[in-house]
Amino acid sequence: MSRRDCLAWGAGALALAGLATVPRWMHNDYYLSLLISVLMYSVLASAWALFSGPTRYVSLATVAFFGVGAYTTAVFGESLPWAAVLLIALGVGVAMALVVGLATLRLSGVYFVIFSFGLAELTKQLVTWWEVNITKDLGRYVFVDITAQDIYWQLLVLLALVLGLRAWIARTRLGLALRVIGEDETVAVHVGINTTRVKVLLFTLSAAFMTVAGAIMAPRWTYLDPTIAFAPAISFQTLIMALLGGAGTLFGPLLGAVPLVLLFEFLSANFPNHFAILVGLVFMVIVYAVPQGISGWLRRRKHHGGGK
Amino acid sequence: MKTASKRFWLRQVTAAAAITTLAPLALAQEAPKSVRIGWAIAKTGHNAGGTAATVMPNYQLWVKEINAAGGIMLKAYGKRVPIEVVEYDDRSSTEEAVRATERLMTQDKVDFVLPPWSTGSNLAVGPTYEKHKYPLLAATAVTDKAPELAKRWKHAFFFLGTGAGYAESLVSYLESAKKEGKIGNRIAMINIADGFGVELANATRKAAKQHGFELVYDKSYPIGTQDMTPLLTEIKSKNADVFIAYSYPPDTMLITEQSRINALNPKVMFTGVGTQFPMFKAKFGAATEGIMAPGGVDFDAPAIKDYFMRHKASAGYEPDRFASTIQYTTLQVLQQAIERVGRIDRAAVTQEIRTGTFDTIIGPVKLDNQMLTKLWYVGQWQNGEFYGIAPSNRAGAKPAIIPKPAWKN
Amino acid sequence: MNLLDILLAGSTLGGLYGLIAMGLTLQYGVARIMNLSYGEFLIAPAFLAYLGVTAWGLPPLLLLLLVLPLGFVVQWLVYQLLLTPLVRRTGAGPALEVDSILATFGLMFVVQGVMMVAFGGNYHSYSYLSTPVQVLGSTVAANRLLVLGVAIALGLGLYLLLTRTRMGTVVRAVSVAPRFAPLVGIDVRFTAALAFGLGGSMVAASGVLVSMFLPFSAAMGTMFAMKALIVVIMGGVGNLMGCLLAGMMLGFAETLVATFIDPGLTLAVNYALFLGVLLLRPTGLFGKGAR
Repeated sequence: MSRRDCLAWGAGALALAGLATVPRWMHNDYYLSLLISVLMYSVLASAWALFSGPTRYVSLATVAFFGVGAYTTAVFGESLPWAAVLLIALGVGVAMALVVGLATLRLSGVYFVIFSFGLAELTKQLVTWWEVNITKDLGRYVFVDITAQDIYWQLLVLLALVLGLRAWIARTRLGLALRVIGEDETVAVHVGINTTRVKVLLFTLSAAFMTVAGAIMAPRWTYLDPTIAFAPAISFQTLIMALLGGAGTLFGPLLGAVPLVLLFEFLSANFPNHFAILVGLVFMVIVYAVPQGISGWLRRRKHHGGGK
Repeated sequence: MKTASKRFWLRQVTAAAAITTLAPLALAQEAPKSVRIGWAIAKTGHNAGGTAATVMPNYQLWVKEINAAGGIMLKAYGKRVPIEVVEYDDRSSTEEAVRATERLMTQDKVDFVLPPWSTGSNLAVGPTYEKHKYPLLAATAVTDKAPELAKRWKHAFFFLGTGAGYAESLVSYLESAKKEGKIGNRIAMINIADGFGVELANATRKAAKQHGFELVYDKSYPIGTQDMTPLLTEIKSKNADVFIAYSYPPDTMLITEQSRINALNPKVMFTGVGTQFPMFKAKFGAATEGIMAPGGVDFDAPAIKDYFMRHKASAGYEPDRFASTIQYTTLQVLQQAIERVGRIDRAAVTQEIRTGTFDTIIGPVKLDNQMLTKLWYVGQWQNGEFYGIAPSNRAGAKPAIIPKPAWKN
Repeated sequence: MNLLDILLAGSTLGGLYGLIAMGLTLQYGVARIMNLSYGEFLIAPAFLAYLGVTAWGLPPLLLLLLVLPLGFVVQWLVYQLLLTPLVRRTGAGPALEVDSILATFGLMFVVQGVMMVAFGGNYHSYSYLSTPVQVLGSTVAANRLLVLGVAIALGLGLYLLLTRTRMGTVVRAVSVAPRFAPLVGIDVRFTAALAFGLGGSMVAASGVLVSMFLPFSAAMGTMFAMKALIVVIMGGVGNLMGCLLAGMMLGFAETLVATFIDPGLTLAVNYALFLGVLLLRPTGLFGKGAR
């Protein structure tokens, strides 16, 4: 590893340690809550970018995995130790992603987007049907004894893992393969890259993080039902944040998640009656003005400023 | 030494005398500028319909009337203090509801918080209310877990009953109708695949077995179903005496409409949430005659008539005949509790809500283990009004019209 | 439920699905715009119809005729003002699809927000033609039958328009090969805008028809957009008859599942069918092959 790399990893570890101390001195529930939201979306956006960034497959399936994770907590939270619950969530997420990933490789472009949305809805319907007819218990009460601080720390660890994974992948042959696929899939196939395997692997990794994030967040809501767990808003917001920040770079999703979560909060608090209109306008401005995301814009500026 | 201690004690006594005489004056000057009431309710999203029908108009009416009279009477300061509202939209998202509630309690530091609409939202914010020790007057949550939650959350009060309560009341009422020979023992039941529908359906299955009824059709349908015809045609072929549909506003309308078109005429028809909304009466007019649903109102009571008039004047439409009256009752309870305590002291107010008896539009109200049991579990449209019919031994109960008059097409 | 009942229920539901999807298939097939705000432009005319009937006492059929040009103009303007910059920027390539999803997503929020402010979150409903019609011993609601009728009429009408007229051929050319159409002197932008506007008139008509029998609220647009999307993709993008047939398939599948299996699985079957078709024939049942 070069010296620059060492410095980068060191800085990252330091930042992580700093962030970890926050709950100790921040005794304000509301701000902690806000930070949890920022962390959650940072994890989701980074996990989203893990797959969708390099492959350019826009996925709306985020909430399918998130919801399944939340349900895992709802079902097993009171009877199994927490570590076991998270492991089960991970396992279910991976299994689901493998099945879905292997089945959907032939799709591309808009078809994949729609398919991923359909997947989330199908999962919601199946869980509903199962709960109504088999377990006969639709609304589930989640009385797991976990504090907001615990949720914060778990999400922080998850974020560190996903960022670390993305950084590490970028340095391996897998990362190179991804960049080729992203540029031109046909070329990638001809060069001998097993695009199928790469795509499925990434999709599964991405889904694993989303599922665990859902499992971690579930205790915050006391009561869970399919409409709450599989809310399409989660998929859409993750998408916007990753795209705003720039899905191609490591910190891009964070550049999108942090300001947007704060913006939504600001709008919610100050313009309760016009939130939807303002969010829509913000979104449209993003699409028209910063199509490559903030990180893309920063990169262009750096090149222009560098006077090359 | 003696002189020093005497002087010491003299100083103490003078200070004490000064404080006791000046204190009331000081307190009287410290009356708060306003009583800050906050709420985070669904102005947008899938809960917005229910909120607009049952929650929002009541909150607004309550604040308007109190402020028109000068405010809430805080006797510790001897004056009326107006209400200041801080409101947020929870966008029908549980996460947002939790956060907005936290914002109200920790940032805006409001004095009291009023809850959102629906069982899910009330349950989601329950822990936050409990943690910050704010009383939660849940008027739009129906859950069998209410007794257990009441033990867990000392600050939570449940005003709309449990699923089992509604099912038991309905089925036992039907049993007496069966004994009188008015109906047979065949029930066809459908329910929306949501917490409310599932809980009521589960409870009804148990009650049906206990009271000697046979469920000849028992299915659930997903939220967003746009055509009920297949289910209704099946039910028609089963010749059920009683048709129960635990439904929500859009499907309640659909079920009623399509039952009419398909000439499904059971002797008893019981639909879900939405039946009691002014929109239902507006759409079906005289055809509502005989349709039953959860809830009910005692229309002959002057307090109720007056409330209906005031609600219509304030919001432009009538209240619903299910949770609206209960929602308004909770506001009256809160107001009276605050007035009795005389100042903003949440612990004292919570205690008062738990133990006191209140004078409300539905009559005297006293909670039993943090729950309201004086509820209308079954109501029926009779002559353009939705009267309460069960429990039949409650004052104001009207006898039910069985069989329901057939649809006129 | 006998065969005739199933036939009627399935076809009226299918007709509804086909109708609401036809506008989107034009917009996506020809203009290459994945219009996520489509559902809001279905709900808005529904509100207009509601106002027309309850506040101004107008007959819904008159409103139906009025919204046809109105819907056209609105969507045409949307295309010209909002979507043309994207078209220019992406050169109408594959990036246009992704960009249009994002832009129309923003538009969806804005339109929904405006409707929320104007009408609140309440459900609205009125009754029109909700009288039972006896068809060979089976009953069906007149307004649903009307929807089926309009769906078939529009489908056939547009099909003839597309295959028998010159403009129709131009539209089909743009739909099949937008990159090469200019080579034969076709103004692609103009045609795309035209098709987008036409899609607008159809969605407006379906909004008015739907309002006759379904209670609606400002938040329901997304549900309709998703339903339309499923039908469009299943039927093959840009293919009107495919749209109608796919709608019918879904309508019948739902009815059959509700009758013979379990009403709780109707929507699950919807999505399963959709996903199944997408996996087996990625360009839709009647699709013309990958772009």
